[in-house]
This record gives sequence, C-alpha cells and structure tokens, in this order.
Amino acid sequence: MNEILNLLTGLAVGLNLLALGTSRLRLLIRAVAAQGVLLGLLPLLLEHGAMDWQLVFITIATVAGKGFIIPTLLHRAMRTANIARELEPFIGYISSLLLGAAATIAAVVIAQHLPLFPEHVGSLLVPGAIALILTGFILLIGRTKAISQVCGYLILENGIYLFGLLLIHATPMLVEFGILLDVTVGIFIIGIIVDRIQRAFDSLDTRKLTALHE
Amino acid sequence: MKSLLLILIPFLGAILSALWPSNRTRPLFLPVFALAHTLLAFWFLTRPPGFDPAAWLAFDPLARAILPGVSLLFLACAVYAVSYLRLHPQDNRVFVAALLLVLGLLSAGHQARHLGILWIATEAVTLAAVPLIHFLGTPRAFEATWKYLLVGGTGIALSLLGSICLGYASLHGGGSGDITFTALLEHGPLLSKVWVLAAWVLLLVGYGTKMGLAPMHTWKPDAYGESPGIVGAILAGGVTSVAFMALLRIKSVIDAAGESVFASRTLLGLGLFSTLVAALFLLRTRDFKRMLAYSSIEHMGILSIAASFGAPGAWAALFHIWSNGLTKGALFLSAANLQRAAKSSSMDDVRGMSLILPRSSRIFVAGMFAITACPPFAPFFSELLIIRVGLGAGQGWAIGLFLFCLLLAFLGLSRIVFAVVDGRPRLKNPERIHLKETAGIIAPSLALLVASLWLGLFTPQVLRDAWSAALLQLFAQP
Repeated sequence: MNEILNLLTGLAVGLNLLALGTSRLRLLIRAVAAQGVLLGLLPLLLEHGAMDWQLVFITIATVAGKGFIIPTLLHRAMRTANIARELEPFIGYISSLLLGAAATIAAVVIAQHLPLFPEHVGSLLVPGAIALILTGFILLIGRTKAISQVCGYLILENGIYLFGLLLIHATPMLVEFGILLDVTVGIFIIGIIVDRIQRAFDSLDTRKLTALHE
Repeated sequence: MKSLLLILIPFLGAILSALWPSNRTRPLFLPVFALAHTLLAFWFLTRPPGFDPAAWLAFDPLARAILPGVSLLFLACAVYAVSYLRLHPQDNRVFVAALLLVLGLLSAGHQARHLGILWIATEAVTLAAVPLIHFLGTPRAFEATWKYLLVGGTGIALSLLGSICLGYASLHGGGSGDITFTALLEHGPLLSKVWVLAAWVLLLVGYGTKMGLAPMHTWKPDAYGESPGIVGAILAGGVTSVAFMALLRIKSVIDAAGESVFASRTLLGLGLFSTLVAALFLLRTRDFKRMLAYSSIEHMGILSIAASFGAPGAWAALFHIWSNGLTKGALFLSAANLQRAAKSSSMDDVRGMSLILPRSSRIFVAGMFAITACPPFAPFFSELLIIRVGLGAGQGWAIGLFLFCLLLAFLGLSRIVFAVVDGRPRLKNPERIHLKETAGIIAPSLALLVASLWLGLFTPQVLRDAWSAALLQLFAQP
C-alpha cells in the first residue's frame, strides 16, 4: 500500500514542477487538476481496502471537485478573459523551478525533524504536503495573472489536504466534506470575482489593482 | 439544541429573502430576522441553556459572553440597511440574503466547539461577505474584494493547517485525534509539544489574518473603505470577534498543553505591533473610512494584548469586545451618512459636514471620542481595566508603549474627524445632496452610541456574570 501511496504523492510533487515551469495557463490548470485527482484517490489507499459508502462518497466528491468542477471554472474564466499565457511573472520560470526544487528539498529536511508516528516516517505524506504548500506560496507570490494566483492557492490547498490525510481516521467525514465544500465554493466565488475584475479593468493583471493605498 | 435556532433563524431568513420577489420590500427581512435573533440571544444571555460538552455546536459560556453583543450590532445595522437600500435602486437580492447568511454563520462560529466546525464557519463567513464588499460595483470595490479574498483565503488556509497540526499533536500524544475543544483540553498535558507550537503559530497567523492583526492586516483598509458602512460595521464588530474568540478557545488548549508563556508572548508582541502600526497609519491616512479600518486594527491589537494577560486580561478583553463593537458600529454608520452625502470619503474633498449633516456629524465626533477611550464611554472603562491588569502582571514597558500608541491614535483620529466636520462646506458635487437625516439613518448609530455609554456607566450584572462564567470555561484547568 505504502509504495502506491508514495508513488501517487511523488507524482503530485512532480506536477508542482510542471506548474512552476510553464507559462501556459491551460497547462497550469491541467497540472493542478491532475494533482487534485491523484490526491483525491489517496483516501481509498489509506483505509486499507475497507470500503464504506462515506469513504467512496468523499473520494468521488474530492475527485469531482478538485479534478473537474474547479478546473472547468478556471478554464471558463480564462476563455472569457481571452488570455492564454502568463507573460511577465514577478519570479521567472527558471527561478521558480529552482525555488520549487529548493522547497522540495527543504520539505524533506523539515519532515525529518518533526516527531512523527513510525508508520508516517517512511511515507512521502508529510514532505509531500510541505512541498505542495511551499510551491503554492511561490506561485501566489511569483505570478501576476489572477488565474495563476488562484492555481497557486489551489496547490496550497492540495498540500493542506494531503496533510489532513494524517488525521483521516480521527476526523469525521462530515467535517472533511464541509471543508471540501467550502474550498469549492471559495474557488467558485473567486472565479466570479476574476470575471468581474476582467470586466472592470479589461485585464487580469493583478498589478493593475493599485488604486487602493495610503 | 434550542441554541441551534440562533443559526437556523437567519438561514431561514436568507432563504426566504432570496426567494422574495419584490426588491422594494425585501430589505424588511433584515430587521425582522435580526430582531428575532437578538431577542433569542438575550433570552439565552439571561437564562443560559444547558449544553452537552461533547456537542459540536452549543451556546456555551464563551458564546454567551460575546454573541448577544454581535447580535445587537447586527440589529442596528439591519435597521439602517432598510433606509440605505431604499436609496439604492439596484438589485439587493444577493445583498440581503448574504447579510442574513453572515449572521447565521457568525452564530455558528461563536458556538463552534470543534476546530473543524469553527474553521468551516469562519471560511464560510469570509465567502458570504464577498458579495457584501463589492456591492457598490466600482472597480475599486473589486480590487478590494480581490485582496480580501486572496489575503483572507491564504490566512484561513493556514488556520486549517494549524487545526490539522493540533489534531496530530493529540494523535501523537496518544490521544484519539479528536479536535473538539473538550477532548483537546482533557488531553492538554499529553499533547505533543512540537506540534502544539507549530499549530499555535499557524492558527495565530490564520485567525489573526481574519481579525486583521498587523502585519496580516493589509486587506482591511481596502475592504472597509470600499464597502457600504453597514458591511464595515459587521466585519469590524462581528467577523473579527469570531476570529478573536477562536484564538481565545485555542489559547486555552495551548495553556493546558503547558505552553502558555510562549502563547502569551506571541499574542502580546503581535498585539503591540498591530497597535503601533495602526497608530502610525492613522497619522497618515486621509480617508475617514480607511481611518475606521486602522482604528479597528488598533482595537484588535488591544484585544490581543489583553488576552495575553491571563484570566483577568481575558475578562477585560471580553468587556472590550462589547465596547469596541458597539462604538465602532456607531462610527461606521454615521461615517456612512457623511460619505453618502459627500460622495467621497477623503478629507481632501469633504469639509464642513457639521453644517450639512449636523446630527450625523455630532454622532461621528462623539463616537470618535468614545473609541479613543474618553470617559464615560465603554472603551474608556475596558481599556482602563486592561491597563490595570497589565500593570498588575508586571508588564510596565508593554503598557507604556500601549499608552503611547493610544495617544498617537487619538491624534490621528481627531485630525481626520475634525477636518471633515469643521470648516466651511466643501464638497465634490455641492449641488447634489439628496440625503435627508431621517430617523432611519440616525437612530441606529445613535442607539449604538447610547448603548456604548450605558455599557460604560452601568455595566449590567448579567454581562459581568457572563464574562466571569466564560473565564471559568477558559481557565478551568490549572
């Protein structure tokens, strides 16, 4: 079980680098969606084959939310805004990649210093989660288009979700479902605001949002 | 279970108002449902219902100590909203429904006794407030909304991470990983230390962002400045109090885990920094609605400082939540009148409002004196208590810096308020003043101001008892 788990988490971390290195928004959204699907499948593995309807339901809801609903919303926002690329990021693509690699190494080092259960020591769950969170922050800070920043936020959320799997036996499904619902609604609202920003400013460049200051 | 009505009544109101066909009569839903909520909240204040400690949502002593004040503030804003929306012909379906949704979610957040439920309620309030902030539909409002979503969303994500860390601390300490506050408090001393510290830092940053503590405050001036006055009042008096109460509940867990010194120090440091940053920005800003946002940041700092002084400080903090919420409400609503008449909120465009809107200007000035802790308004007494507690705890330096910041804040606030109120009228569009000072727009802010005065002069015994009962809940474990 643990090997498959590590394989999926490793793939998710690999998708980070794809997200950091691309200027094409379509690819970025796809990478985030694929990451969401990979992570959404993990609860099935962690429960050691014990299938109950709640688990299946939460898996389907996560995969649908992270893998299909949210990316569709983002694709639509991208089409209405009529942009396909992030042209002038604050942090360039090569630097982003290097930062992402450094963040991944840092995640492994940090995870080694945290007191963990023996069954979590060998797994990529904790370092993977930290790597995703750090990557999310790099995208949030380093990109200028609203859609790329939302993708950064999603990777951050994916990292927190991965971290939350540590508690999968302890937290009731109802709570996890509430959290997932909030995240989906949040992205939905962000999508609407992105659309309005596009109409109000005729651009999705968040550097133009500078009217409010002291 | 009766206390769930506090959540369900506003939700029902939100659904009904979303379905209601008439744009003209829909705003009336607000005062009706807000009044029902306030009556119920005060009923529970005087006759506290029993609760099951293991329940996820309950009207426990801490909720009893804070929620009625938030409900009162909401009622005043709801009454104001009726006359406000009458002059705004645009569709108010989403606005009214979202406002009632915010009330229901605030009630849920105050009553949440499970970290996950608390997070869900706080995040949902954040999202429900989005249509309120961009109600005016200007490009500036969308810019403010974007910053609010991005900064608030990141903060709230960090608090989720912190909640998970606290759960893992319980698991690693041999517990069940149950993140109800009851279970965490029982498990206190066994919680894994490293994870508890990581959780506290993340939760402090996360819920601190929602409160608007510096340096996570950047969304606040924009959101308060560009949204309608009632929204600012509800964000400053209601949403911040949920976040602060979350921190109080979490701190009691950290105290039980034996890390109270670290938690108190970080709270004190962040509180002092917020007060200082807010005071410095108050000296600089030229916009009287952004001024209110910085004043709110200052008072969030004061709350954190008070909370770092142990049990007596927490009592003073509960007092200060009430006095700040009510006074801030009066200020936001009177400032909204001034802004609506002058069509601007910058002191460069607005002068001599005392001749144009004499009543609102008087309330605005009185509110300014109240919020800068001039006697005999409530903030004077609550801040005096905080100073006494701080000196008693041997934090002389912190109190000295705190008093200095209060002085700077007074200078900053009075500078802007008198520039706007005094002098010969000078407006952007002098010929277009349509606003009449009817009872509908004066009474709510006046009532809040009177409530603040009354709270200061005759703090009711039932409130004192409620605050003391909340302390027993927070500091039961030695």
